[in-house]
Amino acid sequence: MSRPTQRFRTAAGGRIARARTISFQFDGRRYTGHPGDTLASALLANGVHFVGRSFKYHRPRGIMTAGSEEPNALVTILQGRDRQTPNVRATDIELCEGLAAISQNRWPSLAFDAGALSGVLAPLFPAGFYYKTFMGPRFIGSNWLWPKLFEPLIRRAAGLGRAPASRDPDHYVNRYAHCDVLVVGAGPAGLAAALVAAEAGATVIVSDERTEFGGNLLSAFDAGHDGDLSAGVNAHRWREQSLAALAANARVTLLPHTTVFGAYLQNFYGLAERLASHHGSPPPGLPRERLWQVRAQEVVLATGAIERPLVFSGNDRPGVMLAGAVRSYLNRYGVMAGSRAVVVTDCDTSYAAACDLKRSGVDVPLIADLRSDVGGAAIDAAKQAGITVEAGVNVLGTTGRHRITSVLMELGPAGARERRAVPCDLVLMSGGWTPSVHLYSQARGKPSWSEGAQAFLPSDPVPHVHSAGGCAGTTDLEQALRSGAEAGAAAARALGLTVSAEIMTVADPDPVLGSRAGAPVMAPPSADAFIDFQNDVTTRDIQLATQEGFRSIEHIKRYTTTGMATDQGKTSNHNTIALAAGMLGRDVAVVGHTSYRAPFTPVTFGTLATTARGSLFEPLRRTPIDAWARAERATFEDVGQWQRARTFPLRSENQQQSIQRECLTVRCAAGVFDASTLGKIEVVGPDAATFLDRMYLSPLAKLAVGRCRYALQLNEAGFVIDDGIVARLAPDRFHVTTTTGGAQRVLTLMEDYLQTEFTDLTCWLTSITEHWGVIAVQGPRARDILEPLIAGLDISAATFPHMSVGTGEIAGVPMRLFRVSFTGELGFEINVPSNYARDIWELVEQSAERHGGTVYGTDAMHLLRAEKGYILVGHDTDGTVTPEDLGFGTGAKKVDFVGKRALARPDMLKSDRLHLVGLLAEDPQHVLEEGAQLTQAASPANGARADGHVTSAYMSPALGRSIALGLVAGGRARHGERLFVPMPSGPIAVRISTPLFLDAKGARLHG
Amino acid sequence: MLLIPCPYCEEPRPEIEFRYGGEAHIARSADPTGLSDAALADYLYFRSNPKGWHYERWQHQSGCGRFFNAVRHTVTDRIIGTYKAGEPKPDLALYRVRAGS
Repeated sequence: MSRPTQRFRTAAGGRIARARTISFQFDGRRYTGHPGDTLASALLANGVHFVGRSFKYHRPRGIMTAGSEEPNALVTILQGRDRQTPNVRATDIELCEGLAAISQNRWPSLAFDAGALSGVLAPLFPAGFYYKTFMGPRFIGSNWLWPKLFEPLIRRAAGLGRAPASRDPDHYVNRYAHCDVLVVGAGPAGLAAALVAAEAGATVIVSDERTEFGGNLLSAFDAGHDGDLSAGVNAHRWREQSLAALAANARVTLLPHTTVFGAYLQNFYGLAERLASHHGSPPPGLPRERLWQVRAQEVVLATGAIERPLVFSGNDRPGVMLAGAVRSYLNRYGVMAGSRAVVVTDCDTSYAAACDLKRSGVDVPLIADLRSDVGGAAIDAAKQAGITVEAGVNVLGTTGRHRITSVLMELGPAGARERRAVPCDLVLMSGGWTPSVHLYSQARGKPSWSEGAQAFLPSDPVPHVHSAGGCAGTTDLEQALRSGAEAGAAAARALGLTVSAEIMTVADPDPVLGSRAGAPVMAPPSADAFIDFQNDVTTRDIQLATQEGFRSIEHIKRYTTTGMATDQGKTSNHNTIALAAGMLGRDVAVVGHTSYRAPFTPVTFGTLATTARGSLFEPLRRTPIDAWARAERATFEDVGQWQRARTFPLRSENQQQSIQRECLTVRCAAGVFDASTLGKIEVVGPDAATFLDRMYLSPLAKLAVGRCRYALQLNEAGFVIDDGIVARLAPDRFHVTTTTGGAQRVLTLMEDYLQTEFTDLTCWLTSITEHWGVIAVQGPRARDILEPLIAGLDISAATFPHMSVGTGEIAGVPMRLFRVSFTGELGFEINVPSNYARDIWELVEQSAERHGGTVYGTDAMHLLRAEKGYILVGHDTDGTVTPEDLGFGTGAKKVDFVGKRALARPDMLKSDRLHLVGLLAEDPQHVLEEGAQLTQAASPANGARADGHVTSAYMSPALGRSIALGLVAGGRARHGERLFVPMPSGPIAVRISTPLFLDAKGARLHG
Repeated sequence: MLLIPCPYCEEPRPEIEFRYGGEAHIARSADPTGLSDAALADYLYFRSNPKGWHYERWQHQSGCGRFFNAVRHTVTDRIIGTYKAGEPKPDLALYRVRAGS
């Protein structure tokens, strides 16, 4: 196949580098273009308009715009095997060597698409199809066909590009920046603002989403000489001089390829800078994009205006383009978007595009103006150029399959109207210009309707935000420059700087004459007059929504999906609002506009995540024993940010066998357990005891030095939120443990009370979680294991009974030793400074091995504590459980503590509250499912109330049968009663029991 | 992201250093056992939830760790002033004069 040439490239002109030719592919076909092209301009240079299928109806769509507002030409970019970026606007992609793009939402191919067959899809997608079609017709009911057949079909038919399946191979970076003035948009207004502010001495950041600064100036006709300079310096030269001045100023940072995608509170802005996407083969190590988070003292918004489409039947055919875009392709890229162009317009600015085309040799048979009364300089210029102008035209429709072939219209004087089909391969349309007030609105400005401009314009001043140029409603170059300079000066003055710069007079080399306001939008309901091209919303959809009773523009937007998704209504918002207003018989000003949400254009997740991915997404906390456990091939589980050793399986063991062996060994000999993740808080000060007494249910004021107490923490509502051990090391010093997950929360809560409520108390709280490594030794041989290693502390049963705490040395290392047990066995918890914990662990583990002991993990720990009915807060409790529910008496403590008053609420005293109980399945081999409901009936009726639920369930090796804990209504008075766990496989009978399954008298504990 | 002036550190710091703490000036009773059930419910669960200026608690968790109060507008998120825990509710009018609005 011969390589297609750039048939539609002009002979000269434009900002492309014609000396170099680069090759690229679209849908597998090879084309050529030049540096400076976008993918869109290069495709148009090769005569390719038809580049995609529409979202719902799979209609052929072409390139409509020349900027980031493009709703149709969304393509997938392929870079190598791993890089696949869907839904990129062809108008935004800078052409580079080897670029490969494919079209979207078509099958099997763009030209022969199954989904487009004579509009078979249309009935599936009326306005509100999310709520209508997805629910299924009522007669289908819960029939499986709907969710399994039709819904997937619809979901497959409607769509954009596919998300890449492989991991993103690129990396992204971020930067925080502060500046005096952030200028958004580097068109004439933005450049003028930046010049004035920088000259006054401000630090300035100027960003623009395009590669080249200059905005619309770049699309103006450049005769190549300075022309008549009597009115001032030529605007193209002014642009070059301004850029040079900014680049030479050290206070100025220029950010091309950078989209300001969102405005946040207090002049905080999000910017996405593209670093690698415009390189054919990016240098290795170059980040793909950079996220800038900029805090600016003052902001100048110079975001310009977006031309809007006209609404007529068949306005979406490939070859129908915005007039300004056609002009931009011609003057900026040297591309004639067609050979025979018809202009359909209701504003003056499109006349300039017609004149430029004509001058370049494109046949322009007709400018069809929808307005009945036209006149003025722009119109005269077109007529002088030899273009026929018809006023009062009514566009009836278009023809063409993959490219427009003619426009049907009604024209002529009243009484002698005639219908005419005008053959063409290009239609320029213009319905006026819509100022881009997105960022102004996100900065909490309130745009208000201007009848003269036929647009919403910034009105309420937002402190430290200055709108300038097209987004503020200026309509020509002179106004834009003046408005930009004034905004730059206002920003500088707000910073306390003196403004000296003269506002330069600049001659517009190519003035666009006349009004850019456009006429009020009127269009009859039609199934192919498109309002929102990206979301396939037609005038009929808007009509349907208003007929079905929707009044609020926000509801109409959501019901019809207009202005949603990645497009955010850049080309559609105005037309939607105006049409809805007409259909509702209200003023546009009353109907108002919808929210302008960030991001302005889509931002990749990688840019937002920056370096916070993989292992850097969240810090992983490892205990001092972690490396040892990994070397022993332990399995691990995530507990908050911690990873904890779960089991230590021997070679031949599976997980369950490992748990059973670890538990039995603890009960028969001993086990060593890494408890370092326990939250630990040191409470020190003269009032430490009083403070803790107020923070916990358990009485702690009179706790003796050298003793520990199990303590429940409540919130003010009386519910259990944490538990732990409080140990008194000295009269004014306590070592408090919390749950692993509760460490930060408990410390914050205690700080809160200490700082804001119990201000009469003096003590200090210090997190010591990571200061101490904790090694638990549990089991009948625990004392034998430890005794030979310990110095300076007598741990005999008589002098160091259960719930003792003391200090001493273990293998020469200072330690805090607790005699506590979470297994029901004789137990100790050794606290040693973390950096010694690994060494001590190994000594203890070797000693344990000599006594027939083992190491055990969190699964065994959970099982061992359940055999004794010890709760896990957050597992057996859920924030609605009181101490009484768990079987703890609360009446003994007379002084006030957090949660005490709430415990006296009538609801807290009811006898049918859920109580902690034991549950024994009648089949002792059956382990219940945690979370399963408990009912009185074996097969309860639908809607029957459950009596409670299972919270913990295990196979107990010590008991040789399954055990479970649960919460059951009034359960403490119901021991022995039979309940059922209704499961899909049939009901399971269980008996309520005491939650204490083993060693009820505590002989092992006190051994 | 808000910039919040910490009254203890005496400088504005980014919002990510802070933790929100709910409505301010809801004091715990000195004698909770004397509270009626209705007064307890009010203390535990009822908040003013205004559209406008809101006195609220913040903790400079990743900074000095102190709890303090702020006056924030719930529509604009503007923080008009901050003050130390335990200080009386400031007069809004004074703040607005000082802030020039």
